[in-house]
Amino acid sequence: MAYSEKVIDHYENPRNVGSFKKDDEGVATGMVGAPACGDVMKLQIKVNKHGIIEDAKFKTYGCGSAIASSSLVTEWVKGKSVDEAATIKNTQIAAELALPPVKIHCSILAEDAIKAAIADYRKKYGAGEEATAQAQPAMKAAD
Amino acid sequence: MSSKNPIYLDYSATTPVDPRVAEKMIPWLTERFGNPASRSHPFGWEAEQAVENARVEVAKLVNADSKEIVWTSGATESDNLALKGAAHFYKTKGKHLITMKTEHKAVLDTMRELEREGFDVTYMDPRPDGLLDLEKLKAAIRPDTIVVSIMMVNNEIGVIQPIAEIGEITRAKGIIFHVDAAQATGKVAIDLEKLKVDLMSFSAHKTYGPKGIGALYVRRKPRVRLEAQMHGGGHEKGLRSGTLATHQIVGMGEAFRIARLEMGAENERIRVLRDKLLAGFRDMEEIYVNGDLEKRVPHNLNVSFNYVEGESLIMGMKELAVSSGSACTSASLEPSYVLRALGRNDELAHSSIRFTLGRFTTEADIDFAVKLIKERIGKLREMSPLWEMYKDGIDLNTVQWAAH
Repeated sequence: MAYSEKVIDHYENPRNVGSFKKDDEGVATGMVGAPACGDVMKLQIKVNKHGIIEDAKFKTYGCGSAIASSSLVTEWVKGKSVDEAATIKNTQIAAELALPPVKIHCSILAEDAIKAAIADYRKKYGAGEEATAQAQPAMKAAD
Repeated sequence: MSSKNPIYLDYSATTPVDPRVAEKMIPWLTERFGNPASRSHPFGWEAEQAVENARVEVAKLVNADSKEIVWTSGATESDNLALKGAAHFYKTKGKHLITMKTEHKAVLDTMRELEREGFDVTYMDPRPDGLLDLEKLKAAIRPDTIVVSIMMVNNEIGVIQPIAEIGEITRAKGIIFHVDAAQATGKVAIDLEKLKVDLMSFSAHKTYGPKGIGALYVRRKPRVRLEAQMHGGGHEKGLRSGTLATHQIVGMGEAFRIARLEMGAENERIRVLRDKLLAGFRDMEEIYVNGDLEKRVPHNLNVSFNYVEGESLIMGMKELAVSSGSACTSASLEPSYVLRALGRNDELAHSSIRFTLGRFTTEADIDFAVKLIKERIGKLREMSPLWEMYKDGIDLNTVQWAAH
């Protein structure tokens, strides 16, 4: 499959790979997808007391487009307020990476991952804003 | 590395034409261009002689009579001719055919077509090691079973089916036994005087011959009858009309001659390399070999690297030309149907890589591949949330995933 240079760049040099400790101050986690479908994304944000996303990390199991989509969104959410981050749309991700039609689901998953992380943040820290998005944590792990 | 071609470890997809084969083919394209069916001049006579010499070479590799070899365009056509030809000829005897879920699409899709025509097909599950369970085969045979079709060597996992034993079962019941041997020639000794096989499909391009040429073995004693699928000038005793492609046929003959002479030594050399490749993975966690390792051609190693997705794996190994069990080309992922039939879950099927070695694989290629794979698997696992969960001791089966 022919990928755009941007996808290949993110795949070969993924930004912000890793994990924060789940219970660290300001950390929220979103995990979306399913192994049987071939993609799982974990996106974590670290929000400061002003409601700004200071840092973000991801881990993704999936194809090159899924890895690139999640790598890209970690770059995009950094420095944004939680509310601003919630407005990122999958179409922007797909356009930036020039994803082919069969890979659009990867950008949708990345948008879901942001929303899931923000929902987790609001649940944990009760940040007051009206509940954005229909997103919910996709994973109820046994941990 | 970037300007160089990747290392080719996909010999089960196709092989390069051996230079000795290519050299033999060339004159038959240019100065010796006659139609083997031309009876009125030497151009035709010498082409016919070349075709017959090649027929003898193909027959010799499998210990058959050259009169039992019919030229086709490849194993797909051979499978079509064998299955449709036999089903149509013997349809008054019965309507039931038996095959396996792990067969090549050339057999499975032909079976589907026969079902549309009103035949009844049983698709047998393999055992978890990929092999056919003979007791289950016996149980699946019905009074109206006319054909059993089982491949000799599986294209994905390289396992060798018990062809001799199946032949005893089918012959005793007067059932036609077809074997797709596209992946077997030059890798497994085939003796059609001993094996009770009635029809056998061959391909040239899996055995260092050219693409676009194959053959079907049609047993004469006891005689097997087929209904032709291609009509025209009555070539190949009416079984397959169409002008014979002399240069392709000469190439297949030479490729099979070389295979007969060199396969013993070549297979041992390749086995050492394959075992070295496998040994290179031994210290890695969560590695699963797909298919039985003993009843297997030495050329094949099919491995699942758990917690790493197949397409990203292929992308991460662009210095290697290999195949993945994951066909991630559409929105709905389709993992390998062969691995699924073995009972592998979707994740393991998605994370599989097929390495197939061949005549021109070197020890340096294997050393390079092992080093590269370890490095890239390590990198992808560091990036994988599933690997992280596995390392944290979370049983992924207890996680409730959101389907998407």
